[in-house]
Amino acid sequence: MPDLPDKNAIEVHGVRKVFGTGETQVAALDTVSVSIRENEFFTLLGPSGCGKTTLLRLIAGFDFPTEGEILLYGDDIAPLPPFKRPVNTVFQSYALFPHMTVAQNIGFGLEMLGKPKAEIDARVTAMLKLVKMEQLARRRTSQISGGQQQRVALARALAPQPKVLLLDEPLSALDYKLRKEMQIELKRLQHETGITFIFVTHDQEEALAMSDRIAVMSTGKILQVGSPWDIYDRPAERFVADFIGETNFMDAEVISVAGDRATVKLLSGTDISATFPAGTTPDGKVTIVVRPEHARVVAASTKSALSGVIENIVYLGTDTHFHVKLADGSPFIVRQQNSRSGPCGFDKGESVGVDIASDVAQILKD
Amino acid sequence: MARNFSIQRQTGFTTIAVICFVALYAPIVILVVYAFNSGSSIANWEGFSLRWFAQAWNNNQVIEASWRSLRIASAAAVLATIAATMAALATTRTAPYRGLTFKYAFINQPLMVPEIVTAVALLIFFSRIKVATGYSGLGYLILAHTAFCIPFAYLPIRARLEGMDLTLERAAADLYATPWQTFRRITLPLLWPGILAGLMLAFVISLDDVVITNFVKSGGQDTLPTYMLGQLRRAITPEMNAISTVFLLLSVGIVTLFFFISRKQD
Ligand SMILES: Nc1ncnc2c1ncn2[C@@H]1O[C@H](COP(=O)(O)OP(=O)(O)OP(=O)(O)O)[C@@H](O)[C@H]1O
Ligand SMILES: [Mg+2]
Repeated sequence: MPDLPDKNAIEVHGVRKVFGTGETQVAALDTVSVSIRENEFFTLLGPSGCGKTTLLRLIAGFDFPTEGEILLYGDDIAPLPPFKRPVNTVFQSYALFPHMTVAQNIGFGLEMLGKPKAEIDARVTAMLKLVKMEQLARRRTSQISGGQQQRVALARALAPQPKVLLLDEPLSALDYKLRKEMQIELKRLQHETGITFIFVTHDQEEALAMSDRIAVMSTGKILQVGSPWDIYDRPAERFVADFIGETNFMDAEVISVAGDRATVKLLSGTDISATFPAGTTPDGKVTIVVRPEHARVVAASTKSALSGVIENIVYLGTDTHFHVKLADGSPFIVRQQNSRSGPCGFDKGESVGVDIASDVAQILKD
Repeated sequence: MARNFSIQRQTGFTTIAVICFVALYAPIVILVVYAFNSGSSIANWEGFSLRWFAQAWNNNQVIEASWRSLRIASAAAVLATIAATMAALATTRTAPYRGLTFKYAFINQPLMVPEIVTAVALLIFFSRIKVATGYSGLGYLILAHTAFCIPFAYLPIRARLEGMDLTLERAAADLYATPWQTFRRITLPLLWPGILAGLMLAFVISLDDVVITNFVKSGGQDTLPTYMLGQLRRAITPEMNAISTVFLLLSVGIVTLFFFISRKQD
């Protein structure tokens, strides 16, 4: 992880946004508070309708919070209309101006800021180079491909050197291969420009691959903020664990807590050590999560945490998924990398043991 | 099988289509043909000549009425288009609210109130103003034409605005454009084909008006259509055909021009 300065670019304090009145009222954002650091690649991740776009729109100034305040480098931006906020947006639909060329689109922001022509030209040239579009400067935006439009939208938003760049699912309209390319491209741009990026996606893989920190949202609330590693390996809530990647949920009982580790007893009777979210003290009955790749299928005779029967084996090229039915009847998925070629050595219907690596289990907040 | 259900194969389709075409175009064709008649009848063909065009061209009353028509139509079309553009912006760039439908009806009032009613109302209204102010120029006709041209200019402009992506304006605001700059640099250029359509439609509608013009005009303020109507009370000569033919060409020309302009813009 890169060292991030501790200055906050954006601070969202207790923001609520309510649409409609009376019975049709919906709280698109329900008391959201979050700080986004300078130069950070920050991602808002969550399912459709959870309020990601609404939060971006409030920061951009297209809409106003019902309650709460938003600070930009410590200043309340509520009184500023969108055209006075040093914040630019890359729209999901790109929203390129169809009656202008690529270069005119990119220069628009600088022109509106009243910059001298020479400076605009120089910056447009630099931006075209940055997004590798030098050849297409004079094209109309209707005459370029989706991926190229995406680059122009990025260049246009970056050209005025905003303090914060908002990106609302900018890659969702691209096909898989182009999306992967643009993910790397975006990371490079963020690194080269040093601008704070707030990126919206509902694609967990994209979020993990690109972000310095991720905020997982659900129905207008931010559930957890953390590094991709935190979010994936140390989910605090069931929704977070479930939304990101595949997960095994298991019931367990806390035996003892020492420092940041707890010992829990599984239904199988085995004790394993588990971590828990900071600021909580687990006790009694809890739910723990174990990622499929943190468990291993072993021969039944080997000493292991769990035992069960293989119900299904799914071969996926890079790895193999074992769907195991545990002794207590609950399902458990194990993902094993195919590190050597040839069959995995287990058969459907075989009784096996399931071993869990140490310190990988995480206790959820109840 | 699907072909059998095609409307073009239904019994009587061809017959009805032919009747409609003949009813629509035959009178116009005949009118144009007799404009070139060398005789002075509009029913007996006596040979080809351009004499009626020449006569119309040398008829001072025709030329004067034509100029007046063009002046009124130009002024009314421009005024109506400006008003219609503002109305269209006000009715589309807003969240729907109670009374919006009423507002549409209000803007389109000239389409619903019988023209003759408006004509009488304007006659009475303007005659009072004439007495009060002593002014009796073309202003009254221009005002009246502007009023009934507004809905015709409004409809294509509103259609264009409704088809326009609102995020473009938002993107402009995001890129530091003030509301006025956004309008001038984004909304207006994209709206232009709609505005041109409205302008030309309004122009043609104004050029063509008889009823309201006849009621509102003062003495010596004949437009081409009211002049022609007046001439009909006397003997009809192919001069009327010649004038009508030029009029027709002008209208078709404007509509074609607009068609090509709007094609090029998209
Ligand atoms: N203008 C509006 N009027 C009424 N409700 C709205 C409005 N905008 C958003 N909402 C509601 O607020 C909630 C959050 O919407 P939002 O657009 O922020 O979701 P999102 O997380 O961006 O979803 P998606 O991934 O589908 O883009 C939704 O339930 C939506 O229906
Ligand atoms: Mg959205």
